Amino acid sequence: MTEHTAERPSSDNDDFDAIVVGAGPAGSAAALELARAGRSVLLIERGPFPGSKNMYGGVIYGRILDTLVPQWWTEAPIQRWVTRRQTMMMTGEQALTVDYRTEAWGRPPYNGATAYRPDFDSWLADKAVEEGATLVCSTTVTGLLTDSGRVVGVSTDRPDGDVRARVVIAADGVNSFLAKEAGLYGEVDPANYTVGVKETIALPRSVIDERFAVRGDHGVDIEIIGCTGDVPGGGFLYTNSDTIAVGLVLSLPALAAGGRRPEELLAELKLHPAIAPLVEGGEVKEYSAHVIPEAGYDMMPELVGDGIVVAGDAAAMCLAAGLWLEGVNFAIGSGAAAGRACHGALRKGDTSAVGLGDYRRRLESSFVLKDHRKLREAPHLVMGELAQQKLPAMACGVAEDMFTVTNPEPKAGLMRIVRRQMRTNGVKLRSVVGDTWRALRAFG
Amino acid sequence: MISFERRMDSVEFRIHSEAHIVVDDTICRDCSVRGCITACPADLFVPTSDGGILFNYEQCFECGTCYLVCNEEGAISWNYPEGGHGVVFHSS
Ligand SMILES: Cc1cc2nc3c(=O)[nH]c(=O)nc-3n(C[C@H](O)[C@H](O)[C@H](O)COP(=O)(O)OP(=O)(O)OC[C@H]3O[C@@H](n4cnc5c(N)ncnc54)[C@H](O)[C@@H]3O)c2cc1C
Ligand code: SF4
Ligand code: SF4
Repeated sequence: MTEHTAERPSSDNDDFDAIVVGAGPAGSAAALELARAGRSVLLIERGPFPGSKNMYGGVIYGRILDTLVPQWWTEAPIQRWVTRRQTMMMTGEQALTVDYRTEAWGRPPYNGATAYRPDFDSWLADKAVEEGATLVCSTTVTGLLTDSGRVVGVSTDRPDGDVRARVVIAADGVNSFLAKEAGLYGEVDPANYTVGVKETIALPRSVIDERFAVRGDHGVDIEIIGCTGDVPGGGFLYTNSDTIAVGLVLSLPALAAGGRRPEELLAELKLHPAIAPLVEGGEVKEYSAHVIPEAGYDMMPELVGDGIVVAGDAAAMCLAAGLWLEGVNFAIGSGAAAGRACHGALRKGDTSAVGLGDYRRRLESSFVLKDHRKLREAPHLVMGELAQQKLPAMACGVAEDMFTVTNPEPKAGLMRIVRRQMRTNGVKLRSVVGDTWRALRAFG
Repeated sequence: MISFERRMDSVEFRIHSEAHIVVDDTICRDCSVRGCITACPADLFVPTSDGGILFNYEQCFECGTCYLVCNEEGAISWNYPEGGHGVVFHSS
């Protein structure tokens, strides 16, 4: 939330060594690394404070922060540590839940935490400022400054708003007009995107503790499939200190074609018998929406150009693979790598695409591109009909048949139940074997 | 279910006098898909009885859904609002 406007010229032509556009997790991580290495860096954010434009589910998986901010858990503005994680498969009136809990995730170094992005993003940007980065908010970058095809700075909507630097880091989020302007993206396909909508619902802390069976600063993360009707997508529910977040992620083309509005689908989820008792009596404190780059590895742009690198959602680094929706940690990981690679390129005096090539190598050898490569097929599988419709219906059907007592009829064997459910739900053995094999390969 | 007005009243918008998104509704008249109407999470694309689209930029999440789903070249000119304006989230 700090505003600084001081200038620190670094050479005759350049106002800064580096300009970072966007004070989301990717941009702040990049600025932090550059400033720590002694570089002059300008971090530009269009919102009135970092995080003011950003929403997510939200759980932050903090392990990646260990190297950037040691002992971050003692100071980061978190809501609850997630110690209970559920995966729920539902149909209209059924739900089958896998419920895992461990106390280990409730003590240092922790696994994941719920947090509000306006709090978290402001905190991380302040870390960059503490290291010496210059943060300017309420300033929209309107385009790139170029010199014979090479990026040499940015223009902004401030009076005399042009700023020059030896390298620009585009951390401007999912729509990244900067990466597009630099020609790093090919054709943009709406099928690669989903839109997330969410309600933050106020409930007294003690009510949340009771409803979700957690104590102290422990909390719950629920991922839901089978709750979005004909629109491929998924649902989520997270506990904060005295609010819960309930939302949906929805495929863009299907939403555009389907005639169902996002808030209608969300209202239906809140009425589901497995969810209604959890949200009952709460008041909507904030409604929010944001787009997600869903297709991962296959939609990524060129990561570097002459004088520019792209990090975080701007480079489609968000991992959206069904059970995993991790973007903040991938943004921090790629932003930090971008910062280090730019520092190296500045030291060598070569910020051309070739000089910046180390960025890609760093990502290839870290979880960022390793996970994305491994899970390359996962987004398509998760958004497919089998995972979306048939699997939840079949899983619930098998559970219902197993546990419904049919006396005086004798109990049916498991295999008979499974076969019957496969028939009912139109699932072919061959397609199950094929898809299971593809899933094992995709997630293996 | 809460009304859409109440839902949107829960969000802070620092509205700028100038629209950051402009819709050319002469192009919308020839559009058969009209995906913006169902997909815009803020419900800002309202069909008019004479086949056009009424658009108001004020309560916009700046998410990008509309230009991504719009299939007609030139119908939507899309920019971010001037720095410091537009949507401001607090507990998301
Ligand atoms: C519904 C939903 C649920 C999600 N759930 C999770 C989750 O539970 N866990 C998780 O880890 N991830 C989750 N994600 C993904 C995660 O939010 C993103 O991957 C992450 O925010 C990406 O960080 P970033 O820094 O790359 O981009 P952003 O967070 O989008 O930051 C980009 C910044 O750039 C600024 N900016 C953009 N353009 C300009 C410009 N022209 N000039 C100046 N500033 C500009 C923006 O204001 C913004 O602050 C979710 C996303 C959504 C939408
Ligand atoms: S999809 Fe595009 S062209 Fe069609 S009605 Fe909406 S804005 Fe107009
Ligand atoms: S950017 Fe999002 S909220 Fe704004 S008009 Fe487009 S779809 Fe609606």
